[in-house]
Amino acid sequence: MSQLAHLHRRAGFGARNDELQALTPLGYAAVVEQLLDQTKPDAGVTAIVAPTLVPEYPEAVTLEERKVRQQQNRAERDAITGWWLDRMTLTQSPLREKLTWFWHGHFATSIEKVHPAKLMFDQNVTMRTLGAGSFETLTQSLAKDGAMMMWLDSNSNNKGKPNENFARELMELFTIGIGSYTDVDVREAARAFTGWKFSRTAGFSVKPNQADTGVKNLLGTTATTGEQVITLLCHQPALARFISAKMWSQFAWPVKPDDPIVNDLAPGFAADLDITKLARAVFMHPQFLSVQAKQGLVKQPVEYVVGTLRALGLQPSYLDRARVEGALTALNQEPFAPPSVGGWPQNGYWISTATSLARLRFAQGIAAMATLDWLIGVPANGRADALAQRLGLDGWTAATASALTKASNPKNQLTVALVSPEYVLN
Amino acid sequence: MNTTPDNVGGLTRRQFIAAVGAGTTALAVSGAPAWAGGLSTHLAAAATPTAVPAANGDGILVLVTLYGGNDGLNMVVPYADSAYLAGRAELAYQADQVLKLDDMFGLHPSLGGLRGLWDKGRLGIVRGVGYPNPSRSHFRSMDIWQTAAPDSFVPTGWLGRWLDATGPDPLRMVNIGSSLPRAMGATKGSGAALNPGKIGLPGGTAIETVFSELNRSGAGAELGPLATRITTSGSDLLRVNRSFGPLLAAQTAAAGGSSNLEGGAVAAGAGEANSGLRRDLDEVAVLIKAGVPTRVFGVSLGGFDTHAAERDQHARLMGVLDGALTSFINAMEATPNGQKVTVMVYSEFGRRVAANASNGTDHGTAAPVLVLGPQVKGGFHGDPPSLTDLDQGDLKFSVDFRSVYSAVLSSVLGIDPAAVLTKVLAPVALF
Repeated sequence: MSQLAHLHRRAGFGARNDELQALTPLGYAAVVEQLLDQTKPDAGVTAIVAPTLVPEYPEAVTLEERKVRQQQNRAERDAITGWWLDRMTLTQSPLREKLTWFWHGHFATSIEKVHPAKLMFDQNVTMRTLGAGSFETLTQSLAKDGAMMMWLDSNSNNKGKPNENFARELMELFTIGIGSYTDVDVREAARAFTGWKFSRTAGFSVKPNQADTGVKNLLGTTATTGEQVITLLCHQPALARFISAKMWSQFAWPVKPDDPIVNDLAPGFAADLDITKLARAVFMHPQFLSVQAKQGLVKQPVEYVVGTLRALGLQPSYLDRARVEGALTALNQEPFAPPSVGGWPQNGYWISTATSLARLRFAQGIAAMATLDWLIGVPANGRADALAQRLGLDGWTAATASALTKASNPKNQLTVALVSPEYVLN
Repeated sequence: MNTTPDNVGGLTRRQFIAAVGAGTTALAVSGAPAWAGGLSTHLAAAATPTAVPAANGDGILVLVTLYGGNDGLNMVVPYADSAYLAGRAELAYQADQVLKLDDMFGLHPSLGGLRGLWDKGRLGIVRGVGYPNPSRSHFRSMDIWQTAAPDSFVPTGWLGRWLDATGPDPLRMVNIGSSLPRAMGATKGSGAALNPGKIGLPGGTAIETVFSELNRSGAGAELGPLATRITTSGSDLLRVNRSFGPLLAAQTAAAGGSSNLEGGAVAAGAGEANSGLRRDLDEVAVLIKAGVPTRVFGVSLGGFDTHAAERDQHARLMGVLDGALTSFINAMEATPNGQKVTVMVYSEFGRRVAANASNGTDHGTAAPVLVLGPQVKGGFHGDPPSLTDLDQGDLKFSVDFRSVYSAVLSSVLGIDPAAVLTKVLAPVALF
């Protein structure tokens, strides 16, 4: 059961022991397949209503109009954030949401620059729809995605004086990684994306008079269009290693593309760039269940908050927004607002005195409002076990057990459990 | 302080004590922070600035990181250079727009406060700072600046190695913000991270007692190194909170806010995020005025990745930077402890000389570093890079950033740069 708990923490947002017990008879491999199966409708999220978003507002000119616009932007941002957190918390296909989250951190786009929220919402839907299929299809689609194009200035990439922003990040962060290309390759690739335009009303188009239609020399070969550049990148040997390493890092422990473990993943992924197959290879890899993997990741704040709400049966949008989104702000991870196009760093980035305090505040606030019948009803000497089962943990270290004993009441015991190293690790 | 080794990083014990500073030594001896007791005394003393001492290695460094690649050519503008005017077209600032420093260079029009500090000799500008074989990746270049290792990947930061060498105590190195930057990556301990306006444990002593037990020395060790870092961070939090909590709570209360916000009140909209630099430096100022043993503070400002429509955004950021730095330096001038403060401002790279077609600039290389404070030799340092003798359209650096670090390490932090930098270069004559 401890293997299934680990799997569900990584491939999903954690599970309670009673949920895991129901899965145990299936066996590990079957539970992996259950997670990978994206064909069934997700019954957990059917009741969650997508927010109503305005595709495009008229230009705000006066100070008053700009103030109103800022409020609208903020309200829409809150709406899509709540919508996604609800999905993550209630989903019965947790890997679908987890992969969407993974791609959001990989093709990292931020609402700090991209307005209105509708564009971010649409990108999110694309990542969810295509996020378990072909990596090339996903990348081609996101290159023409409105939020991405606004984020990396594609609209202003014109013949003659190309804007390199998208081309550089495409190579460095989205596909083949630093060291696999030269600055000349970036400049040539940027030429191939000239003339690509996105308008909120008409969508994607290529403006012929802004497009450089000449042949581009890059990566030892030639290409003409942006689509061809993406196809070329997708079939570079570096791509399969780069994406395999990224996915192993997300689900097991952080590795670089030259790590030996990538040798076990990259050849299979290179064959057809099938994301589901790559995810299966990660979860079925013997090292995925190793001690190194189990001790290898700190919960990202979204995993921490969503996992806690799932375990306690709470739904984000039913809570005071400041409690959930405020905790994520203090923990430095707001959905739709990665710190940069590089996404969120891992592990050490989430460990500091500030995040320790933010977790403690969140844990205490949640413990004060959650229904704790399942804990209060247990004799004092059984509460440590009850907490471990609720949070899907194997048990407690001596220091945590001692702190749980010293905690004066169930609320404080839950608070301690939620800030324990056992639980803060993923 | 956890340990006081007899010889750390090549320092003698005497140098080590000098480097660590009297405040921390007193703390280690008495176990009680002398500086935390009398806030009112410190505030009263703040009105009488003393004569400016020379930089003698017992200073305080405030590191300001500009994320995104600040356009150095539009911050310290070579307004008389025809190559600048030709390459920048609409993005260029003209001679009658800049705040002139000499016949060749002027500050961005939004840097009026810094111009005043320049006149007072408080602003040093190191021109053309970079490193060999420049990376145009935000992440790699920022790593290079923060680890001070252009040719290799190292896990520690230059300030983290300073902490490792001089005594790992979270009170000695503080970053304002949720996470620690790579520059502060250490192995023997860790700096502290403070979220402004949020200090103070919720739940009172009952929680403090069990939290202390949960994070007791050695807790989590059986779960591996990450778990140990988590519990160490927990015990560091208790220490930081006991020491800084009362000071910051008093400041927050005085500012009319609540020190017990649940977090959500601070929105992350672009406007607020930028006024954040001022708020963060205000927090640093409170701690410095109170005489805490912190020797290194980190703050940051983002938004400098200006590939398109750069002019307005960059001007806004320059204004935010100017307001925050000027206010901070002025506050430091008025307090005795502030005489020890040196501020250093840098970004991972500058931008290309020529603008792109979207009135923005793409990733470049060398750029100016600003160094401010009462101990700084004001004026220009380093040679300005040529705007015509370029490497792939980018400036060739004239000053290696590690020679700026050398100056700061020896003159501000009082440590032999060889204890921190793998390659030691002669310091820039900033002090």
